Amino acid sequence: MTRDDEFRQTFKIKGRDFSHAGGVSTEIKEILQEIGIPTQLIRRVAIASYEAEMNVVMYAQQGKLILSINPETIQIEVEDKGQGIKDIELAMQEGYSTATEEMREMGFGAGMGLPNIKKNSHVFLITSTPGVGTYLKMIFYLDHEKAS
Amino acid sequence: MTLKKIVRHLSLTMVSGASLLTKEVKTGYASDLLSDVIAHAQPDSLWVTLQTHVNIIAVAKLKDLAGIVIVNGRQPDEETKQKAQAEKIPLFLSKETAFQVSGKLYQLLNEGK
Repeated sequence: MTRDDEFRQTFKIKGRDFSHAGGVSTEIKEILQEIGIPTQLIRRVAIASYEAEMNVVMYAQQGKLILSINPETIQIEVEDKGQGIKDIELAMQEGYSTATEEMREMGFGAGMGLPNIKKNSHVFLITSTPGVGTYLKMIFYLDHEKAS
Repeated sequence: MTLKKIVRHLSLTMVSGASLLTKEVKTGYASDLLSDVIAHAQPDSLWVTLQTHVNIIAVAKLKDLAGIVIVNGRQPDEETKQKAQAEKIPLFLSKETAFQVSGKLYQLLNEGK
C-alpha cells in the first residue's frame, strides 16, 4: 500500500548487538535532516526510534524497522522476533522494566522506553505475542494543527 | 563556552575530539540512565556520566551533545574510544565524581554568562 508520494526504507536491527545499537536511529535522523523536517519533530522521532531500536536489541533476536514518509506523516513500524511482552499495560508504566542486572548496569532498563515512545509520538500502537514477538507503530504528524 | 576552556578548567583528560575543542557547550547534563539522557538532555550539552560502554557514543550523536565526560577515573571500553573518534564525539575523562564535575561545570558555565 505504498503511495506514489511516499518514501519508504527498511532497516534491519540485530538483537544483542550493543555495538551497533542506535545506528538505525542515527540513520533515520540523518534522513529527516536531509529532507528538511523541522528540528523539533526530528527530536521527537529520534527519541522514539532509539527506544524502539533498543527494545529490539535488548529483548529480541532480530527485528526490522520500516520508515515511511509522506507529505503529511512520518511513520515508523518496528517488528521483532523475540520474547514479546506478557502484560503491555504494565510495560507501559514508567519505571517498570524486565531488564537484566547486566543491562541495568549499562544504564538501560529505566522503564522509560515505551513511555518515551508514547510521549513523543502522535499515534502509538503496540501488539505483542509472548514468545513470538512485538509490533510497534508510531505516527508523527508534520502538520502541527493535527498533532495538537 | 568552548570545550577547550572547560577541559582546561576541569583538568579533563582527552580521549577524542582534539579537532573539536572550539565547539560551544551550552549546558550540562548528568545522568547514568540512557533513556533519561535520550529524553531530557538538551543539544550542545556536556554529558557527565559513569557509563563507559559504546552505546554512550550513539546517544551523544543522536542528541547532538557537545561531548561526554566519564567520571570517577573510569576507563572507557576500547570500542567506545574507537567509536568516539570515528563519530567525532568529544570524549573526556575525569578522576573526580559526577557531583564534583557537574558542580564545577555548572559554576563555570554560569560565570561565563
